[in-house]
Amino acid sequence: MSRKELLSKIGLRADGRRAQELRRIRCKLGVFTEPDGSAYIEQGLTKVLAAVYGPHQVRGGRSKAQYDAAIVNCQFSMAVFSTGERKRRPRGDRKSTEMSIHLKQALMATIKTELYPWSQIDVYVEVLHADGGVYAACVNASTLALIDAGIPLKEYVCACTASLANNDIPMVDISYQEEVLGGPTLTVAALPMSEKIVLMEMTQRFHLDHLPKVLKEALRGCKDIKVILDEAVRNHLVNVGSSSGWVKNK
Amino acid sequence: MFTTKVFIRKNKIGNFLKNIREHYLRDDLFCGFTSCNVCKPEDTALSSNIENKSGLFNYPHYLILDTNIILDQMDILEEDVICNVIILHTVLKEVKHRSLAIYKRLNAVIDNPNRHFFVFINDHHRECYVPQEDTELINDYNDRCIRTACLWYINHIPDAKFVFITDDARNRALAEEENITTCSIEQYVRSIKENNLLEDKLAKRDYHVESDTQDLFPAHLTVTQVQEGIKEGRLHQGTYRASTSNFLEGFVSVDGYEDAILVQGRSGQNRAIDGDLVAVEIFKEQDWIAPSEIILEDESRVDTAVEEVLLKENELKEYSTGKKKKEKAKPTGCVVGIIRRKWRPFCGILQQDAPEGALYHLFVPADKKFPKIRIETRQAEFLKTQKIVVVIDDWPRYSRYPAGHFVRALGKIGDQATENEVVLLEHDVPHSKFSEEVLSCLPKLPWIITEEDVAKRTDLRHLDICSVDPPGCTDIDDALHCREIEGGMLEVGVHIADVSHFIRPGSALDVEAASRATTVYLVDKRIDMVPALLSSNLCSLRGGEDRFAFSCVWEMDKNANILKTKFHKSIIRSRKAMTYEEAQLTIDDKSRNDSIAQSLRNLNNLAKILKQRRLEKGALVLASPEVKIRMDSETMDPIDVEVKKLFETNSMVEEFMLLANISTAEKTLKDFPDCAMLRRHPEPPKINYEPLVKAGKHLGFEIKTGSNKELAISMDNAVKEDNPYMNTMLRILATRCMMQAVYFASGMFQKEDYYHYGLAVPLYTHFTSPIRRYADIIVHRLLAVSIGADVTYPDLLDKHKTSDLCQNLNYRNRMAQLAGRASVAFNTHLFFRGKLQDEEAYILSVRKNALQILIPRYGLESTLYLSQKGKKSIFEYNEEDQTQKYEDVVFHAFDPVIVRLALDSNNIQREKLVLQLVFPVVKGFSIPPLNEEHKRKVETDQKKTKAKKSKKK
Ligand SMILES: [Zn+2]
Repeated sequence: MSRKELLSKIGLRADGRRAQELRRIRCKLGVFTEPDGSAYIEQGLTKVLAAVYGPHQVRGGRSKAQYDAAIVNCQFSMAVFSTGERKRRPRGDRKSTEMSIHLKQALMATIKTELYPWSQIDVYVEVLHADGGVYAACVNASTLALIDAGIPLKEYVCACTASLANNDIPMVDISYQEEVLGGPTLTVAALPMSEKIVLMEMTQRFHLDHLPKVLKEALRGCKDIKVILDEAVRNHLVNVGSSSGWVKNK
Repeated sequence: MFTTKVFIRKNKIGNFLKNIREHYLRDDLFCGFTSCNVCKPEDTALSSNIENKSGLFNYPHYLILDTNIILDQMDILEEDVICNVIILHTVLKEVKHRSLAIYKRLNAVIDNPNRHFFVFINDHHRECYVPQEDTELINDYNDRCIRTACLWYINHIPDAKFVFITDDARNRALAEEENITTCSIEQYVRSIKENNLLEDKLAKRDYHVESDTQDLFPAHLTVTQVQEGIKEGRLHQGTYRASTSNFLEGFVSVDGYEDAILVQGRSGQNRAIDGDLVAVEIFKEQDWIAPSEIILEDESRVDTAVEEVLLKENELKEYSTGKKKKEKAKPTGCVVGIIRRKWRPFCGILQQDAPEGALYHLFVPADKKFPKIRIETRQAEFLKTQKIVVVIDDWPRYSRYPAGHFVRALGKIGDQATENEVVLLEHDVPHSKFSEEVLSCLPKLPWIITEEDVAKRTDLRHLDICSVDPPGCTDIDDALHCREIEGGMLEVGVHIADVSHFIRPGSALDVEAASRATTVYLVDKRIDMVPALLSSNLCSLRGGEDRFAFSCVWEMDKNANILKTKFHKSIIRSRKAMTYEEAQLTIDDKSRNDSIAQSLRNLNNLAKILKQRRLEKGALVLASPEVKIRMDSETMDPIDVEVKKLFETNSMVEEFMLLANISTAEKTLKDFPDCAMLRRHPEPPKINYEPLVKAGKHLGFEIKTGSNKELAISMDNAVKEDNPYMNTMLRILATRCMMQAVYFASGMFQKEDYYHYGLAVPLYTHFTSPIRRYADIIVHRLLAVSIGADVTYPDLLDKHKTSDLCQNLNYRNRMAQLAGRASVAFNTHLFFRGKLQDEEAYILSVRKNALQILIPRYGLESTLYLSQKGKKSIFEYNEEDQTQKYEDVVFHAFDPVIVRLALDSNNIQREKLVLQLVFPVVKGFSIPPLNEEHKRKVETDQKKTKAKKSKKK
């Protein structure tokens, strides 16, 4: 027994959640008018804005363009005020480059790029506040923004984190406090409907014995998030629709 | 529902950090009442039929406790009479934050279903949560949360009554304003009918004093003052160690000073207790004094405490000051603040001389390092006959002694069973019975070897394996074999009980064994690390029975060079479980030529070569006077004390165990560079050797301590024809200079720190005693993985987890060793009860007012005082040469003497052996010998001196 138990005896985490509970998710589509698509998501205190431009002509050096598919360009950045300590974060540092690449990998798995040869899709994400699960929130926000932009997707791509409490009980959606206290955190991005994993990353080594149950928990988290995102998309559609009058009095 | 908490904290560099955390509020939390139809019930709940035991209230009620009650009065809460208690989560969190030890004890109570302690999560409850106000202090906020929860309960369950217990007067007043029924713990406990002297257990945090009492101690600095002082370098932080021989002296080792800081007297020690982390102020160099080197004991009574201490302080002053003293002065200082108390429950007895009917008594801890404790009890006449446990509650400035309270009685003073209990408790040895959960992990009997087992293991039942152990050993964890193979080579096998086959990682059995860490051997009792079914049966490699083993098999040439090493899990059948003596006889018996005898002879020859090789590399031969106590098998009284006999076969077994351990260490480190569990023995700092080098110098030998090899050689050369025991004594002294060998995780240290100084090997671990050492189980598991016989599990490969485990193993091993010694000491005393005996002995060291004497026959070390209390010694002490002189008689270190041994039973807790000098004869000091042989010796000696004298004339 140590001072830093992630899950107390009575089964609650430090913030009052149970092991299998996600943090509160609030999201909104179409937050900006200028981009083709945009979305804002809050997962607990982690807050992310995403904006999508495109598909449009490949900018700068046509050599990058592909004859059979659109290229996807991701840019990840964090606001100076996004963490407890105010810090200048230059664009293109190692961490954000890595994040951009990972983000691209997840999004490429769902965007039907083959529909837009010779073109480009830009995805910009900005973290306004980081409180654990930053990557997951970025993926989820990007999905919503892509939908808002009307870009054809195979299905939702959702991401979620999971870890192991007290070396035994898997728990989902890890907050920053838990990341710091706890052991390894597993991040999974998946296509929840077809149960395909598109990206998996962990902060430290996991013992092989623990991996299946933690992975299962992360996937369940992805599915739960998908339900929430789906509802948001439908609500958004109803709102947009009702203003233009094509949804009949519901 | 949801809310956020905002913290702003300053980080180490001085930047401000804004820390925001989420705080979820729920509406699915259970209130603990099964009768409630609002909340969703859970498994644990309060009991619905409760009886009122308190005279203060005339209705049955539930208790809600404040944090201070739990922190201060855990001994009361552990009593069965207190039940149906609501523990608020706010309180639980605060307790965890303040004291992990109390938190654990509280959890044990909560886990007991008969006690009906219920944890209510008020801070995440939608209706009980209150936000903290900007200017509100955290304590006030917590108090408010608690009161809010009380009010919620009153409204939520209108049929039930609640009593809020707190010792915080302000909180109590506020609660009364809000119409919450409340009282103090003292009021409540005193009002309980049939309280069975429960009030003796009340912790006395704020007992009242007559206002005219004088402060005996300087005030402690506040936490902030201490922190500032340390930061500015005015104060130093260190652990306080009480002197074992002088109750008015102590030492604090701090960084930056080679010598520990001496603190003397009341104002110096200032209420520090052995083990406390304290802040000291170091005096200017001209005020430094020398340690007194005298032995002082606290002989005060409850009513004479203050006069006594003043008297003793003056006595001490005489010794510590003076011109000559200046040269030997050590850094001196005084304790100005306590950073962390290391109070624990103490075993001991009530001081016997208190007047009848008194309420206040002095408790004398068994361990001399700790001060007496003042307690209040109404059952003193009974407790005087008992060994009891007491804890300290507080040590106010005006009190000569800390104030504490009685916890429990252990049994009658002087009983074997009681004394064992004391030894176990004082050394923190876990010794409760194995729980049902642990026992359920054991294999079912009859245990049989299945075909599957045979398929997985190498069958070695055809080999002539035997075990060699001390007589009466039932936990046999090693067996050996040796046979000739092709090419004139020898195959040597060490077979170790396969305990890790039965103890699976993470099981209750595993957790228990890891916590116990080692089997503890007391004189008449063994506290097993694993249940007896394993330790004495299924794992024990008994003669003639099939057993699972982990075998280490070498191919060697006749010069003991290893050509090949193999490890495998095996099945063996030991041909015979032999004692060292039996094995020795078998080797020596020329008429025996069977395979066992040959195998033993081969092993013995190889062992000699191995030993020689080890010694050449610089391995040390150390000595410690180890004794064995023969017990009467019926009465369990010790009937004889004898020094353990050693045979060649002892060394034979030892050599092969060392070799197996080394081979295992190499193998596991190769496969697990980061998380192998190894054992290192650091080289002691040069200063440790000072007493040894000094002692050698007085005898005319130079003891070199440059390396272990130099030390070994110089000790081998220090031989005196006329005093053969002298060399042994040197080695005993050398043993005391050594550091402790410790377990560690390989990933936590640099390669060069892996070295084992005593054995002079670069790598070492423990593999050969898994029945009685947990470290060996871990090593077995690692080795099993590396040969593909078993699978890993997460903690095994985590170097931090392994490192934490090592900490516990090291601590428990140390304690087990001390417990064993304490048990031997007690039984030796028991043996000397009512006996008078003259024994040959040696002077181990010369002190200012005493000689430290070693009696080899009993492995005993004791003090021979050279002066009566309060009188001046007739001897002249020479500090430079370390001698005591009176007329013709000069005492040097290592001189042989004859002393009379008798047990002084005046102090029933600390019976002590009293020594009197018999030989050499010192007029007016020594006493006449008891037996003829010694008489003759004295007579011849006197003649000699007379002859000398007459010659001179
Ligand atoms: Zn209820």
